[in-house]
Amino acid sequence: MPNAAARLVLPLLALVPIGFLGLFFAWPVVSIVGIGLGGSGAADVLASGETWRLVAFTLGQAAAATLVAVLAGMPLAYVMARCELPGVGLVRTLILVPFVLPTVVVGLAFRALLPDGGVLSIVLANAFFNVAVVARTVGGLWAHTDRRAEEAARALGASRWRAFTSVVLPAIAPAIGSAAAVVFLFCATSFGVVLMLGGARYRTLETEIYLRTVDLFDLPGAAALSILQVVAVIAVLLIGAFARRRRETALKLRGRLETARRPVGGEWIVVGAALVVVIALLVPIVGLVARSLTTMDGWRALAGTGDSGTLEVSAWDAAWNSIRAATDATILAMLLGVTAAVVLSQLRRGRAVLGETLDLALMLPLGVSAVTVGFGYLVTLGDLPFDLRTSPLLVPFAQALVITPLIVRTVLPVLRAIDERLRQAAGTLGAGPFRVWREVDLALAWRSLIAAAGFGYVVALGEFGATSFLARPDAPTLPVAIARLIARPGELNNEMAYAACVVLMLVTVLAVVLIERLTPAVGEF
Amino acid sequence: MVAGCSLVGGGEQAPSQHTVTLVTHDSWAVDKTLWADFQKTSGITVKVSMNGDAGALTNKLVLTKANPIGDIAYGVDSTFASRAVSAGVFAPYTSPDASQGPQRYQFDDSHRLTAIDVGDVCLNVDTGWYAAHNRPAPSGYADLTDPKYKGQTVVEDPSTSSPGLAFLLGTIKQFGADNWPDYWSKLKANDVKVDSGWDEAYSQDFSGSSGKGPRPIVVSYASSPADEIGDDGKPRTKALLNTCYRQVEYAGVLAGAKNPDDAKKVLDFLISQKFQEQVPGSMYVYPSRSGVSLPAAWKTAAPLPDAPAQLPADQVDANREKWVQQCRTLLQG
Repeated sequence: MPNAAARLVLPLLALVPIGFLGLFFAWPVVSIVGIGLGGSGAADVLASGETWRLVAFTLGQAAAATLVAVLAGMPLAYVMARCELPGVGLVRTLILVPFVLPTVVVGLAFRALLPDGGVLSIVLANAFFNVAVVARTVGGLWAHTDRRAEEAARALGASRWRAFTSVVLPAIAPAIGSAAAVVFLFCATSFGVVLMLGGARYRTLETEIYLRTVDLFDLPGAAALSILQVVAVIAVLLIGAFARRRRETALKLRGRLETARRPVGGEWIVVGAALVVVIALLVPIVGLVARSLTTMDGWRALAGTGDSGTLEVSAWDAAWNSIRAATDATILAMLLGVTAAVVLSQLRRGRAVLGETLDLALMLPLGVSAVTVGFGYLVTLGDLPFDLRTSPLLVPFAQALVITPLIVRTVLPVLRAIDERLRQAAGTLGAGPFRVWREVDLALAWRSLIAAAGFGYVVALGEFGATSFLARPDAPTLPVAIARLIARPGELNNEMAYAACVVLMLVTVLAVVLIERLTPAVGEF
Repeated sequence: MVAGCSLVGGGEQAPSQHTVTLVTHDSWAVDKTLWADFQKTSGITVKVSMNGDAGALTNKLVLTKANPIGDIAYGVDSTFASRAVSAGVFAPYTSPDASQGPQRYQFDDSHRLTAIDVGDVCLNVDTGWYAAHNRPAPSGYADLTDPKYKGQTVVEDPSTSSPGLAFLLGTIKQFGADNWPDYWSKLKANDVKVDSGWDEAYSQDFSGSSGKGPRPIVVSYASSPADEIGDDGKPRTKALLNTCYRQVEYAGVLAGAKNPDDAKKVLDFLISQKFQEQVPGSMYVYPSRSGVSLPAAWKTAAPLPDAPAQLPADQVDANREKWVQQCRTLLQG
């Protein structure tokens, strides 16, 4: 009897994320692409050499930015996972700041830094946004892995490097793979950065889909490119899944206190590298803060609505809207993401193909253009009993769509690393499936759940693409308000935008600190 | 659950008799007191929905025409109007006040659109920069390809920016459908900078704005110099009035609107004296109504050009995509 119930629970649980994805992602996207394919010209787009140059540039810049983000993120991950040093907590919080900065502001910062940067500035800006993904995803698993295997290898005469590559690297590889996949998707589909830094010269599939949908109303062309983008994304995810597959093993998860200590010898070099990365990340951030402080007018203006009423509400109201929308989105995404991660970690035993398919489906929202989803909403959501197309609810829904894959990617490696024998032992001792989940999975993974929620919250706070499509003027989020301030003339608007950026950073830092303080003993994330 | 709460909140839309949804673009801005007064006195609650730029707005209206996302739309401009009108997005309506000026800018005889404002996209030059460098400022399109002005111009990408598109159309009007690519090739050879949006071009690359960028020539609006008045009360920049291309912005009641009667009243309000008076201050464009006085700064620094260029709407609609693509290819190569 408990067994039959347990068998039902999994498919029922799986229905929650699948249903949400179906309604708010698959249906709108398939509809809008279908409308495009109904027209003529889609085939011509695929046959043009121009299109394939776009594909090559899109994948190339994303691969380069991913490489930079991984290389820069690894020393940080190491420091966060392994080092007992003052200031590590601060670093952990600070590196999340780039995530919430509006692309338009980062674009301006990089334009100022590298006036004719071209591809280089696109790659660096994309990496800048994503270093935290690598540092936190990899650091999370790294902190949990047992240090003794590495020490055994060293005792047996392996060099530090050899111990790292043969013991540590295989253990943290799943997290590196996960992080790289997410970063690659973010970079391949980053829109504002390419538009601002690439100008008229460099274009990606994402910017091209946007142009064709929004400015040229070339839905056939946009549909063809969207399909191409999805195919490319699936290919990348499949490669990632394949690379991950055999590496994911049950690790002996440990608490952080056992494994973190003061660095010794050559480890200081890694700490030094991490410091360089932190400084590099801080340059644009400090620049923004300094700029906002040149006069205090922008700060005073936050209580108002900008030069001749640029905004409908004050910047403080916008900040409050951000906090509320991100809270709704995080709750929703945790519900979907954790459910999905549980289902996925269970499915792996026995039904691997199904598990991988669901895993892949959950990542797709990161690989589909926000404009495709946004225009899809227009043609589908009007058919629902409540016309959601202009509802304020759409903002948290869209944000949840973006952060759910991140939550899955953060939680899943940890769930999968839990030794199955623990669950079996609990089962043998008479615990039902929920009890097993609570006593084993939850007990071991709850810290990474909180970390995932915090991370998701921060991403939701900064989310701009989908939000800007859906936010109503009387309820803008802070990033939307900043973009509007920058797009309107007037010195005051500019100063206010920079002050608002600093507010956004402060809210982020505060949110992260709060999440980490509210949960005692959450040392490892 | 918080999300659940908002779901309940979003669902309680037993649409009140007098709620109008106004669909518009991102540049929408209005004097808040005036707007609140109108809603109070008319008893109409207006929900505003902003939808990207004029192009995005038009495309959304066309996509949703069977089940419109609002009752009235404002912001479809002369570049995109024929797409919306031929798709049957708007219902015919002639506001009683249309004869007070808006009809000067009438789109066609079908009375589906009412002109609300006009804006002119023109080259702006930083006169202070030229005075400081002791050189003559450029006087028109031709100077931009002159080696004397090499590396001094910044324009917006016609495919991503509406002033960029207007500038392209202006050059097509000036040089003809066959010769404009040649002009743009020369622009490119003269090291023109192409930014994706107006804010980067104007606020970051143009020397005459608060950003104090390196380039003294920019594509902006005829009204922009009004924002650049120095402490001496004189404008530091000027618009070259022989390079202006006119964009008219329209409003119209949507076909299939749930509340067309109140939508008409909102449209009447948009061309009322009161609303039109605040148009320059909040949206940086000229009112369509005649006899509306302009802000003082506009009178000195931003006169409305006498003879701005315009291309026929159907010609723009038929060729827009081709021209934009041609221009992008040309800029890329």
